[in-house]
Amino acid sequence: MGEFVILMIACGIVTWIPRVVPFMFSKKMAFPETFTVFLSYLPLCILAALLVQNLLVFREGQLPLLKIKETIACLPALVAGYYTKDLMKIVVTGIVTMALIRLVFP
Amino acid sequence: MQKIERYDRFEDGVIACIPTILGYLGIGFAMGVVGKGIGLSITEIIIMSIIVYAGSAQFIICALLAIHAPMTTIVATVFLVNLRHFLMSLSVAPYFKQTPFLSAIGIGSLLTDESYGVLTTALQQNKPVTAKWTHGLNVMAYLSWIVATFLGGLLGSFIPDPELLGLDFALVAMFIGLFLFQVERPLKKKTKQTLMILATVIGTLVVCMAWTTAEVAVIIATLAGCLVGTVTHHG
Repeated sequence: MGEFVILMIACGIVTWIPRVVPFMFSKKMAFPETFTVFLSYLPLCILAALLVQNLLVFREGQLPLLKIKETIACLPALVAGYYTKDLMKIVVTGIVTMALIRLVFP
Repeated sequence: MQKIERYDRFEDGVIACIPTILGYLGIGFAMGVVGKGIGLSITEIIIMSIIVYAGSAQFIICALLAIHAPMTTIVATVFLVNLRHFLMSLSVAPYFKQTPFLSAIGIGSLLTDESYGVLTTALQQNKPVTAKWTHGLNVMAYLSWIVATFLGGLLGSFIPDPELLGLDFALVAMFIGLFLFQVERPLKKKTKQTLMILATVIGTLVVCMAWTTAEVAVIIATLAGCLVGTVTHHG
């Protein structure tokens, strides 16, 4: 237990530092305009990357595989998102579609 | 759900978090089940969620603990997996320049993929977001995560396969929504540029996943996408 807590604290510190360092220094620093433009593309790029990464199966030293069922389940959620703009409805649509697909194709 | 009008109070932040709770519950529950599965006690699962508080990293910790990886390997892997938060913090920190130091540190400490998505969606729509609102969003997410992993650990042994309920897909579905909110406006205004950025991100991600870890690939793909965006910004 003691060793586990020490490990968790170490993991916590390496997780915490990247999260807070920008907040520590942003007050003193003024970013050049190009860098501000660069950062303005970050939300779009990182969310696109995280979404696609979650649809891929990592294979050591090989190109990843596409999770077919999950990718198909994305479509109704995308449609729900386009029409409702409501995160809750997107998530529920996604979960229900996924459960149905797994029910039909176990 | 009614449209959220206010972005100044703590309570409004809590309300803004609600749609993402299902995602936290789904994936947190799965995390609790996995933790229990590799032999962690419920107390240990809760300690992990309170101290580390990072979805994907916690799954990886469990996987590494299961194969008795050395402590240094675990810590180094967690660092790499969570490095993307540095970029996220970097992109929202300038917005909180007027926020008192400790309050700003608090915002950074609880920043996650999901709360970042909700926050940047509000910022993109030029909503008058305050530090209090962001705290509401973050604290609600933090508590949801801890409760979800606790429930997963508690009930894990009774539910053989959380995948069967489609709950694990909550995370992907949440990313769909958050991504959609980000992409909609640029896709309409600057269609060609946005498609180019997306192609860069996806292409880089797929190629990089062949020679590095998925987490590092996410960071490289993001940077490549931002670079293409910056270069084509005034085009």
